[in-house]
Amino acid sequence: MSKLGTLGARLHRGEVGYDFVGNRKIWYGLSILITIVAIVGLSTRGLHMGIEFQGGAVFTTPKTSVSVSQAETYAEEASGHDAIVQGLGTGGMRVQVAGIDTGASDKIKTELAEKLKVDPEQINAELVGPSWGEQIANKAWQGLAIFMVLVVIYLAIAFEWRMALAALVALIHDITITVGIYALVGFEVTPGTVIGLLTILGYSLYDTVVVFDSLKEGTQGITKQTRWTYRDVANRSINGTLVRSINTTVVALLPVAGLLFIGGGVLGAGMLNDISLSIFVGLAAGAYSSIFIATPLVADLKEREPEMKDLRRRVLAKRAQAGEGATAAVGADAENTNDPEGSGPAVVGPRAGRSGGRASGRRR
Amino acid sequence: MAARRPQRCVRRPEREYEKVAAPKKGRSANAPSKPGRALALILIAMVALTGGMFLSGHTTPRLGIDLAGGTSITLRAVAEKGQESAINPTNMATAVDIMERRVNGLGVSEAEVQTQGDRNIIVNIPKGTNSQQAREQVGTTAKLYFRPVLQTELSGADAAVPTPGATDGASPSAEPSGKPTGKSTASPSAPAATDPSEEASPQGRALTEGLKAATSSPSPDASGTPEAPAESPVPADTAAPVDAVVQEQYAKLDCTDPKQRATAGKGSKPGDSIVACGNGSGQWQKYILGPAEVDGTDIDDAQAVLNTQTGAGWTVTMEFTSKGGDKFADITGKLATQPSPQNQFAIVLDGEVVSDPYVSQALTGGNAEISGNFTQPEAQSLANMLSYGALPLTFEEDSVTTVTPALGSEQLEGGLIAGAIGLALVVIYLLSYYRGLGFVALLSLGVSAVLTYTIMSLLGPAIGFALNLPAVCGAIVAIGITADSFIVYFERIRDEIRDGRTLRPAVERAWPRARRTVLVSDFVSFLAAAVLFVVTVGKVQGFAFTLGLTTLLDVVVVFLFTKPLMTLLARTTFFSSGHRWSGLDPKRLGVQPPLRRSRRSSALVEPKEA
Repeated sequence: MSKLGTLGARLHRGEVGYDFVGNRKIWYGLSILITIVAIVGLSTRGLHMGIEFQGGAVFTTPKTSVSVSQAETYAEEASGHDAIVQGLGTGGMRVQVAGIDTGASDKIKTELAEKLKVDPEQINAELVGPSWGEQIANKAWQGLAIFMVLVVIYLAIAFEWRMALAALVALIHDITITVGIYALVGFEVTPGTVIGLLTILGYSLYDTVVVFDSLKEGTQGITKQTRWTYRDVANRSINGTLVRSINTTVVALLPVAGLLFIGGGVLGAGMLNDISLSIFVGLAAGAYSSIFIATPLVADLKEREPEMKDLRRRVLAKRAQAGEGATAAVGADAENTNDPEGSGPAVVGPRAGRSGGRASGRRR
Repeated sequence: MAARRPQRCVRRPEREYEKVAAPKKGRSANAPSKPGRALALILIAMVALTGGMFLSGHTTPRLGIDLAGGTSITLRAVAEKGQESAINPTNMATAVDIMERRVNGLGVSEAEVQTQGDRNIIVNIPKGTNSQQAREQVGTTAKLYFRPVLQTELSGADAAVPTPGATDGASPSAEPSGKPTGKSTASPSAPAATDPSEEASPQGRALTEGLKAATSSPSPDASGTPEAPAESPVPADTAAPVDAVVQEQYAKLDCTDPKQRATAGKGSKPGDSIVACGNGSGQWQKYILGPAEVDGTDIDDAQAVLNTQTGAGWTVTMEFTSKGGDKFADITGKLATQPSPQNQFAIVLDGEVVSDPYVSQALTGGNAEISGNFTQPEAQSLANMLSYGALPLTFEEDSVTTVTPALGSEQLEGGLIAGAIGLALVVIYLLSYYRGLGFVALLSLGVSAVLTYTIMSLLGPAIGFALNLPAVCGAIVAIGITADSFIVYFERIRDEIRDGRTLRPAVERAWPRARRTVLVSDFVSFLAAAVLFVVTVGKVQGFAFTLGLTTLLDVVVVFLFTKPLMTLLARTTFFSSGHRWSGLDPKRLGVQPPLRRSRRSSALVEPKEA
């Protein structure tokens, strides 16, 4: 722990740091690769929609001595699909199975009757419609679209359009990966899955915004100095929040990992798998993309601005000039910039400034 | 919340100081009174919520059907005679939508509605819901007709005298005066038709608004009534060709008797005159109604609208299909020329009069507005019935049975154990990493958990909120988001300490930045929740509700608990001396020897570099 604490201190001072922005091509590449795998998985394997979305067959059995969870196993064996089993007040059971047509339902009915030791004639089989109908789905899409537009507007105002764009890219990245992995694993999509995806949507943006907030703070008044390029500052921002990112991700992932691996894997609470898988993958992807995708992307976009290009040129020229003139320059810079800063927001970080100073030592 | 405002106001100026790198004294000067107040406030909130929870007797949140089981109702569609083809997938799907809406109310009660077979609909209602009410709600999908009112009077013990003329102005007038907010029901009794001055104002409005449920002039009615001739119902006798059978039914009808009410007007054909009951303002009113002129299928859409322009409050606007618009123009044209009460028409839903606006002119143009002293829920439910009451189907209950949870108890147990293990790991992690601060984080999480739990428990009876599996998972993810707020703050504090500050200034200085980060990022989460809640229906809406609630509580806890607690703790020697178990040990945080510190303070002038 103390190691992480010290690491935090060194990160804070800029003594160590990973060049996230400089190595971005590697991470872009990795992300593109995973995304492609996800898309391929999605298009070849497709998503198995659960009974809630596509309807299926419902079997109502008479009173039996078989337990609900056993009946579930039987029904899943007989149909090859996930089954939802509920005990009824009559002592019988209601077994719902997705994606079944009339022909298949007769077969399952016979098999189920055999397993449950009841007369097939007493099992009532019917087709059921989706409980998560088209209208609910359409409204959900509509809500998503409105949310996306609003959040982009909000981010564009609170930060700037480049960050809004980058956050959106990161979001799409996370959702694609989550859905793709879900398709590859082959779980049935339930309303729980969809809720999981929506949770990811919120979390991915949330996490990105936290990182952007520190980026925004770090880049305040960046054009008024000639020591650092936007890229350098962005990199330092990521490193500065790295400990926070790690801690938050661990705390968020632990309970979900518990549900997924211990609950789903060891204890066999199968129904939890669909939700916890989508949340687990999504949380991990969300944390990853904020750091490795969103911020470098902002740096890329930002450095296309003439202002930033200018800055970059000046910085590089200065660095090329000479090392030892730097100390004097610091004083001059500070002098020049102090006054205009006064009118700026209060957040001009002494922290960022100072770590900058030290990092300069490192760079030289 | 109230306490937050002052806090901010005081703090703002401090930030100004910060800009010019003023000494931190001003800050600590007004800090003292605040932390205690905020902590007391949140403590009171917790005690109040917990107390409320025990008082209300709902000590656990209502669980969704997947966790707790519930009741399953199977409904069978019955088509009207001659309309057998009405039972088709489209109509069934619409019926499912209607029922979903009715049963799910705010979208958080987790009821499920689906079709089964060709003509059945299953409605699953979680345990603890008023299943009787739910059965009524789903059962009333709903044939809707607009019928002209031929005759009407209050019905019940006091008004039981069955002769039409007997209901003189007295009894109806008593009602509006006693109950100024009386709605549509009051209107028929209002003898306004014979009193031009009385009618003037509502009619003026009716011109602009279309239709009017008459009672919009509540208390003035009372003064108007004495002048009212008793004959208002009488013209019905002579003018309307009501056959004797109906007249006799009408005479016998006592709308305060639920049994009579249930049968009145049921099973009649649209083309017949019928008797019916209605209850607009707490008193039952009985009617003789003419043949249906417009039916529910003629309505394209209806919406509840808050009319701010005319101050009419909540109104319901209707849009007719083109055919319906013509019919409606026709009937309103005829009605407008009639005396009261025959200038009214009744909106009849499944034999019950839900509204009886009067008409002052022919309404053309294919849309109309009903106003009355509606409350928002009333207007919405009327709009709901109007837009969906168009199905030519009725439903009969086939079976009602209890169902066990779809999630087996052993699975649920497995899930709970797994969740507990995960949480234990979080505790271990936070404590081993943050040590003393870890306790602050865990306490904050605990406060957040108590608030969430009590609020969810209280929302069960209040708005029918039910916790289902996805919501539980959402709450688990919320642990991460809530903990993040503390982590952001703690890291800021540690950074300040690394910069050589002592704890007290570090705590205060880290706060404005951490606060901004927390607000900016929580706003995104809240935006997601708000949009999804407003736009969507069903389970998604339920999820959005949970997300919004936990996000709000996150902000509340950080502002009113974590920050004040840190301020207080910063005064203790354990934390301020940087005890090695406090999580704020400067050495462990890698603070460099003091030499640097002096350099640092000079560095304050140079921050602009970044």
